[in-house]
Amino acid sequence: MDSFLTYTVLGLVSGAGYAVAAGGLVVTYATSRIFNIGHGAVGMVMAFLFWELSAGRGLPAWAAVALVVLVVAPLCGALAERTVLRDLGEAPSDVALVVTVALMVALLGLAQTLWPPKPRPVSPFFEGHGFHLGSAFVGAHDLLTVAAGLLVAAGLSVLLRFTRTGAAMRATVHDPGLLALFGGRPAWTTSLSWAIGASLAALSGILLTPVVQLDYYGLTLLVISAYSAAMLGRLTSLPMTYLGALALGLLQSYTVGYLPTSGAFTGLRPAIPALFLFAVLVFLRSPQARLGRLRGAAGVAVASSRRAAPWAAVFVVAAAVAAAALPAEQALVVALGVVYGIVMLSMVLLNGYGGQVSLAQLTFAGVGAVVAARWASGSVLSLVAAAVVAAAVGALVALPALRLHGLYLALATLAFGQLMDKVVFQADFAFGYNGALDVRRLTVLGVRFGTEKAYLVLSAVVFALVGAGLLALRRGPYGRLVLALRDSETACATLGLNARLARVVLFAASAGIAGLAGALMGGLRQSVSASDFMVFNSLPLLLLAVACGVTSVTGAALGGAALAWLPKLQAQFPAAGGLLFLVVGVAAVALRSEPNGIAGWVFRFGRETVAARWTRLSGGPSPDAEPVDVGPVEAVGHAPR
Amino acid sequence: MPPGEPAADPAELLDPVAPGADGLRVSRVTVRFGGITAVDGASLHVRPASVTGLIGPNGAGKTTLFDVVTGLRRPETGAVLLDGDEVTRAPVHERARRGMARTFQRLEAFGSLTVRENVLVAAEIHATAGRALGRRAARARARDRADELLARTGIADYAAHRADTVPTGTARLLELARALAAEPRVLLLDEPSAGLSAPESAALAGLLRGLAGEGLAVLLVEHDMELVMGVCDTLYVLESGRIIAGGPPERVRADPRVRDAYLGPGEGAA
Ligand SMILES: Nc1ncnc2c1ncn2[C@@H]1O[C@H](COP(=O)(O)OP(=O)(O)OP(=O)(O)O)[C@@H](O)[C@H]1O
Ligand SMILES: [Mg+2]
Repeated sequence: MDSFLTYTVLGLVSGAGYAVAAGGLVVTYATSRIFNIGHGAVGMVMAFLFWELSAGRGLPAWAAVALVVLVVAPLCGALAERTVLRDLGEAPSDVALVVTVALMVALLGLAQTLWPPKPRPVSPFFEGHGFHLGSAFVGAHDLLTVAAGLLVAAGLSVLLRFTRTGAAMRATVHDPGLLALFGGRPAWTTSLSWAIGASLAALSGILLTPVVQLDYYGLTLLVISAYSAAMLGRLTSLPMTYLGALALGLLQSYTVGYLPTSGAFTGLRPAIPALFLFAVLVFLRSPQARLGRLRGAAGVAVASSRRAAPWAAVFVVAAAVAAAALPAEQALVVALGVVYGIVMLSMVLLNGYGGQVSLAQLTFAGVGAVVAARWASGSVLSLVAAAVVAAAVGALVALPALRLHGLYLALATLAFGQLMDKVVFQADFAFGYNGALDVRRLTVLGVRFGTEKAYLVLSAVVFALVGAGLLALRRGPYGRLVLALRDSETACATLGLNARLARVVLFAASAGIAGLAGALMGGLRQSVSASDFMVFNSLPLLLLAVACGVTSVTGAALGGAALAWLPKLQAQFPAAGGLLFLVVGVAAVALRSEPNGIAGWVFRFGRETVAARWTRLSGGPSPDAEPVDVGPVEAVGHAPR
Repeated sequence: MPPGEPAADPAELLDPVAPGADGLRVSRVTVRFGGITAVDGASLHVRPASVTGLIGPNGAGKTTLFDVVTGLRRPETGAVLLDGDEVTRAPVHERARRGMARTFQRLEAFGSLTVRENVLVAAEIHATAGRALGRRAARARARDRADELLARTGIADYAAHRADTVPTGTARLLELARALAAEPRVLLLDEPSAGLSAPESAALAGLLRGLAGEGLAVLLVEHDMELVMGVCDTLYVLESGRIIAGGPPERVRADPRVRDAYLGPGEGAA
C-alpha cells in the first residue's frame, strides 16, 4: 500500500511531464500537419543548454529556465519552421518523416559536439523541499511538474479555443488556402505553433531531467511516451492527450514497480514505454489514408538490365581490385560500406519504391546476424536462414500493424527497435546480456571466404545480385504494383488487391534483405554484439540512404560507402564528437530539393555530360537528352520485351 | 425488365433472388458522421445491362453511398447485395474480385505510373488476383486488355504520359479504363464527365451505352443533366441522404419534389 502511493505520485509526475511534451506535439501537428519525431531531441538539447546556463555559467535556475523556455527554444522552433519545415505538411508523408528524423539526428550530433560526454549531475528544483502524503514524499519539483502539466493543458486549450490566433491555428490545418483568403496568416501561425512546440519540449526536457539525468538518448527517448499520449489524443484532442499522458505515466509506474524483479521480466522494464507505444499504435488504428492526391512520387529512370549488367560487373571488378590493392583493415572498411549498402538496398525497396519508412532496418540486420551465428554458421544456408527469419520477423512486426502506414508504421518500427535493443537482443538466445556472438566466415561450394578481402568481393557480388534483382523487380509487374500501392492504396483495393497483405509482403521482403546484410556483416566482423544494431544507428543509415538517393541502387552504393567512411573521417577530428550525426542530418534536409539524392545529381550530371559530348560530336541533340526527372516514364512497360 | 419502379421496397430487396445476374442492390443504408446523417436509409437497385443514374445536390451523400457500396466505409445499418449475395461486411478487395469496380470523384490515379501502366497494373491485379503474379500468358493478356481499353476510352495518345501530368478529364477517363480493366459486372462512376469537353462527354455517353449493352450494371453519379438524361435507363434522386424519387428519367424529372430539391424551388417552371 505504501509503495502504491509512491508509484502513484511517480506516475502522475512523469505523466505530467509527458503531457507537457505531448501538448507541444499536438500543437505543432494541428497547425502544420508535421509530426515532429525530433521533438524529444529538442527537449534534450534545451535541457543541456539549461544545464550549461545554470550549472556551467552560474545563472540562477529561474533565469535559466526563463531564458531557455521562453526565448531560446521558441526562437529555434520558429527558425527551424521557417528554414526546413515549411510546406512539408503537403509533401509526401515519408519526406516529412525523414526530415524530422534528420532534425533529431542533427540535434543529437549537436548536443554531443557542444557537450561531450561527461557526468553532469542535475538535482531537482528546490531539492529537499516538499511534503509527505501518507508515506509518499512529494518533492517540490514534482509539484512543479504537475502544476506545469495542468497549466500547459489549460493554456493551450484557451489559446486554441478562445483566441483569434488559436482559431487561425485550427483553421490552418483544415484549409490553409481558405484561411489566407479570409486574411489569416497561416505562415505566421505555423511559425508560432513551432515556437510553442519547441518551448514545451524544452520545458518537459528540463522538468524530466532529474529522472533520467542528462543523457542524450535517454532524454530524446522520453518523448516516446509523449508520442503514445499524442496518439491517444489522435493528434488533435488536447484533453484526450492530457488524460492519455497521465494514464500512461501511472500505468508505466505501476508496471515498473510491480513487475517481478527476477526472471523473464527483468529486462522488460526499460522497454515499457516502447511497448506501450506499440500497443497504442496497433490498437488505435491509424486514420484513413488521405484521399485525392494525384501527385506521384519522384523516382529516377530505371536502367534496363542490358544497361545495369555492365555496371554491376564494374562494381564487382572494382571491389576485387580494391581487395587486391588495399591492406586488410581498409578492405574491412570498404566491405563494411558494401554491407551497409545492402541494408540501404532494403530501404530502396521499402522507401524508395514503396514510400514507407522503417526506422529500424539495422534491427532486422541484427536478427540476421544472430541467425547466421547460431544456425549453420559458416555455410551458405546461414545466409538464407538469416534472410528468411528476418523476413518473418518483419512480417510479424508489420502484421499487427497491418493498418499502419506512413507515420504510424515508422513509429511502430521505432518502438519495435527499442524493444529488440532492450529485451530480445539481450536475451540468452540472442546476443546475451551485453554479450557478443562469434560468426564463422563462409565457405561457398568449397571455396572459403576466410579474409576481409574475400568478404569484400563476396559482399560486392551479393550487392550486385540484390541490386540487379531490385531493378528487375522494379521494371516488372511487381514494380508497378509497389508504385501503385504507394500512390493509392484505396484504388489498389478497389481493383481487387489485398493491399494490406501486399504491404506486409513488401515490408517482410525489405526486412529479409536487411537480414541478409546482417549475416554478411557478422561473418565480416566475426564478432557482433547488440550495440552494432542499435535502433539509433538505424537513423543515420536511413538519412544517409535518403541523402545519397533512396530511389536508386546507385544511391545505396554511395550511401553505404559514406556510412563506412564518415566514422573514419570523424576519427581524424575527434574534437567534433557528434559531427557525423550533424552532417548526416543536414544532408538529409537537403533532400527536399532533390528527392533522388546525390545519385539523382550524378545521373543528371552524367546525362548532361553525355548529351553535351554527343551534341559536339554529331551536331545534333542526343537521343539521351531527355530530362532525367521524367521519373519512371520510360521505366516500365516500354522496355522492349 | 421493368425499368421504372420507384425506390425499391427494402423488404423485397432482401428476398432471395436468382443468383448470377441481379446487379447491385443497396438496402436501407445509413451512414452518420458524428451529428450529421450523410446517408439516411437509402435503397436502390442497379440492374445488369443498364445505366442507372444517381443525382442530387452537393453534399447529398452520393460519394458516401459509393464508399459504402465498395466497402471503403461501413454503414451503420443496411445491406449491400452483389448479384444476390450480401457483401456488406466483405473487405474492399473481396468485392472487387466479385465484380465491382469504381472511379473516384477525387482522383485516385496512380500518379507515378504512366497512363498505360495505370491500366496495365489494374489488368494485372485482376488477371492474377489470389494467384502468383507470374503467369506469362495472363500477363500478355493483361497487356492486350490495357491497350484495348486505352483505345476504347480514347486516351491512347496519353499512354506514355505520367498520370500526374495529364489533364483532369484524361485522368477521369483513365480511372474509367482502369476500372474496366478489372472486368467488373457492376461499375460505379463518380462524376466521370467533370473536366471533359462537350465532344468527350458525348463519347463517354456512347461508351456507357456500349457497356450497358455488354451486360454491365452501371451506376452513374453525375451533375451534367444532359448526359444523365441521355444515357440513364433509371434515375434515382438523393437528397440529404434520402432517396426521394426513383424511376424512368423523364418521370423523375417531372416530379415536383425533385425540382424543389435539385433545381431549387421556383426554378421548376422552366
Ligand atoms: N469523412 C467525412 N467526415 C465527415 N463528414 C463527411 C465526410 N465525408 C462526407 N461528409 C459529409 O457527408 C455529406 C455527404 O457527402 P458526400 O461527399 O457523400 O456528398 P456528395 O453527394 O458526393 O456531394 P458532391 O456532389 O459535392 O460530391 C456531406 O454533408 C459531407 O460534408
Ligand atoms: Mg461526391
